[in-house]
Amino acid sequence: MAPQTAERGGAVIDTLRLTAEEAAGLLERGEVSGDELAGAYLEAIETRDPEVHAYLHVAGERGDGVPIAHKDVITTKGIPTTAGSKILVGYTPVFDSTVAARCKAAGLPILGKTNLDEFAMGSSTENSAFGPTRNPWDPERVPGGSSGGSAAAVAAGLAPWALGTDTGGSVKQPASLCGVVGLRPTYGTVSRYGIVAFASSLDQVGPLTKTVRDNARLYALIAGKDPCDSTTVELPEPVAIPAGEDLKGLRIGVPREMNEAEGIDADVRESVNAAIRLAGELGAEVEEASLPRSVDYGLACYYLVAPAEASSNLARYDGVRYGFRAEVDGDLTELYSRTRWEGFGAEPKRRILLGTYALSAGYYEAYYGQAQKVRTVIAQEHAAAFERFDLLVSPTSPTVAFRIGEKAENPLAMYLSDLLTIPSNMAGLPGLSIPCGLSDGLPVGLQLIGPQFSENTLFRAGHALERALAFDYVPERLR
Amino acid sequence: MAITRDDVLHVATLARLEIPEDEVETVRDQLGAILEAVGKVSELDLADVEPMTHPLDLVNQWAEDEPRPSLPEEEALVNAPDPSDGAFRVPAVGG
Repeated sequence: MAPQTAERGGAVIDTLRLTAEEAAGLLERGEVSGDELAGAYLEAIETRDPEVHAYLHVAGERGDGVPIAHKDVITTKGIPTTAGSKILVGYTPVFDSTVAARCKAAGLPILGKTNLDEFAMGSSTENSAFGPTRNPWDPERVPGGSSGGSAAAVAAGLAPWALGTDTGGSVKQPASLCGVVGLRPTYGTVSRYGIVAFASSLDQVGPLTKTVRDNARLYALIAGKDPCDSTTVELPEPVAIPAGEDLKGLRIGVPREMNEAEGIDADVRESVNAAIRLAGELGAEVEEASLPRSVDYGLACYYLVAPAEASSNLARYDGVRYGFRAEVDGDLTELYSRTRWEGFGAEPKRRILLGTYALSAGYYEAYYGQAQKVRTVIAQEHAAAFERFDLLVSPTSPTVAFRIGEKAENPLAMYLSDLLTIPSNMAGLPGLSIPCGLSDGLPVGLQLIGPQFSENTLFRAGHALERALAFDYVPERLR
Repeated sequence: MAITRDDVLHVATLARLEIPEDEVETVRDQLGAILEAVGKVSELDLADVEPMTHPLDLVNQWAEDEPRPSLPEEEALVNAPDPSDGAFRVPAVGG
């Protein structure tokens, strides 16, 4: 397929290659208008999205800024928001989420709402009630998830940048599988007001972009304290757009358990090892680190805490105030129970039942209570590692993009996809995934983890590595 | 700790999910497999460890006491499946 380019007022807009920063430059210099820029992306969507299916809804807004795509858990006033679920079909929000409002205030028109695993529960975007998104590098493969639509949109030139949400790895993992940059910010730095809630002590909105600099620009736009979300805080320092190309003075730890875990593909390991060697050549001090219990117990801890919180958050879908309602002859309880069984897909139902069980009398201490203590252990192990290191590195995902259908029938196999993104998420820490190479023609992601509020360090390191790695983010089949 | 059929039905009632009869066993198998995996957390002796409820040490986040307009009634009802006279209509409770 030939690249989609459009000639406008003398400037050629190649949406596959154009970064958000370059797009902003074209607008600032008056070389293209906002209308022309958004129009180029809408044309690309028309051409390529029938195959990719990154979008659930194309809004087609026009405006003066660099257009953006929002994962469909981000509440947008007047634009349908489904969370990828049948239970929210027909729901059109009457208010904006804080992140959508901030993008709007900055003049960013909305291209559309992107596909996801239902209620952000999944690692492949196959759990969407509206069909899977396909990986732009290989349409037979998944884009990762749950922010698979946002990652695929950026990779396929269907949006210059996009927002996703990350609970157990839902920004970092799809970024890895689609060859783009994804940030899961420090918990509390980005408002969750108006974000369809999954697990409130873990959910964070994060940017998906082609470059680290674009990522820092979008993070700067959305981060900061919000009176509508009492879990938000002010950033301790302003976001610095990274420019340096060395890693001098940076102490990088390589946690043994996260780089040698069972299930990491040999090619993924080799690609990540090469990036780690490169970090050394750029001046970083690289040493082995250890997070013994975080990796061994992280997944189990997450799959108790997150479903427990989900079972509470998803209680609001009852067929009364908004969304789908089942046809019922019986009483109110039957209306609730039938609406919820028919409206939710298999994965949310599994997690609601699991979470309800983990919170129920007689099991609370053994499951949820114990998981919260494991979470403390994970946070302490990370804190100890950051006494010695500025950053920790590992693969983002143990594998490259897998085939559509390969893990769909086996929830536990799917859960392993988040093995390496979950531990730092449990600790509330920021993580950046950048592409670091290809394995059999599919992108490999490098995960950089830092202590709380270390986004500027992540951006600095990510940018220097990105420059040195010179990864081409345009999928080979679309070049 | 194997999950029984009665456990599944009890939890489904608590969660307001009406599992069709022919799907109860499938749900039980899947929950059983997941519970076995997540039960791994009980391997650790954490009697002296404090539970972590939240990633940030925030205490008493007070909002300014400033009134703001709330949603007009018609907007609050615009997405309701069965609005009626400024209210959400539902079937009889315990009918």
